[in-house]
Amino acid sequence: MTLSLLQLVAVALLILAIGLSAVRLFLGPSTADRVVAADTLAVITTAGLAGLAAIFDNPIYLDIALVYGTLAFVGTVAIARALEGNRP
Amino acid sequence: MNLIGDILLVIGCAFIALGSLGLIRMPDVYNRLQAGTKAATLGAMSVLLGIGFHHPDWWAKLLVIAGFVLFTNPVGSSTIARACRKTGMEPKRLGKKLEIEP
Repeated sequence: MTLSLLQLVAVALLILAIGLSAVRLFLGPSTADRVVAADTLAVITTAGLAGLAAIFDNPIYLDIALVYGTLAFVGTVAIARALEGNRP
Repeated sequence: MNLIGDILLVIGCAFIALGSLGLIRMPDVYNRLQAGTKAATLGAMSVLLGIGFHHPDWWAKLLVIAGFVLFTNPVGSSTIARACRKTGMEPKRLGKKLEIEP
């Protein structure tokens, strides 16, 4: 299928966002910076999977987006809790 | 209808790109957390709304995804901020630095 001009602009902006977040993910000074970048990448991927469902005209990608969002949320909270250290 | 959906898609993707730019530009973990999480959440809302204008019969799943992102993203953000605060990471203070250096 063909994308219109505005949709191509949207896809280009999404790819730019993924690149900028990946730069912060690679050269973040501390671990917390990398966790923040991974969290942002998870949100971008959720929105991108919903866009992929619209591009391929197949609603199964919406289920994949929901499951990916759940797993990314659990991973973010787990890493943040592990960064916090041992608590009673 | 399709034009409204396309405009919403572009607005949402612009918000996501500006949030990622803030992730690069901001000087501190807390500022990066604000820029990355809040702008990306609003952008994801707008993208899902735009897809809902394109395919009106998918509104239930899109609403579930939007509510999930809207409820879990602030929780993750506050958990990361709490972990940074508990491990003693200090916010960057620009005013103090200007006072000392000259």
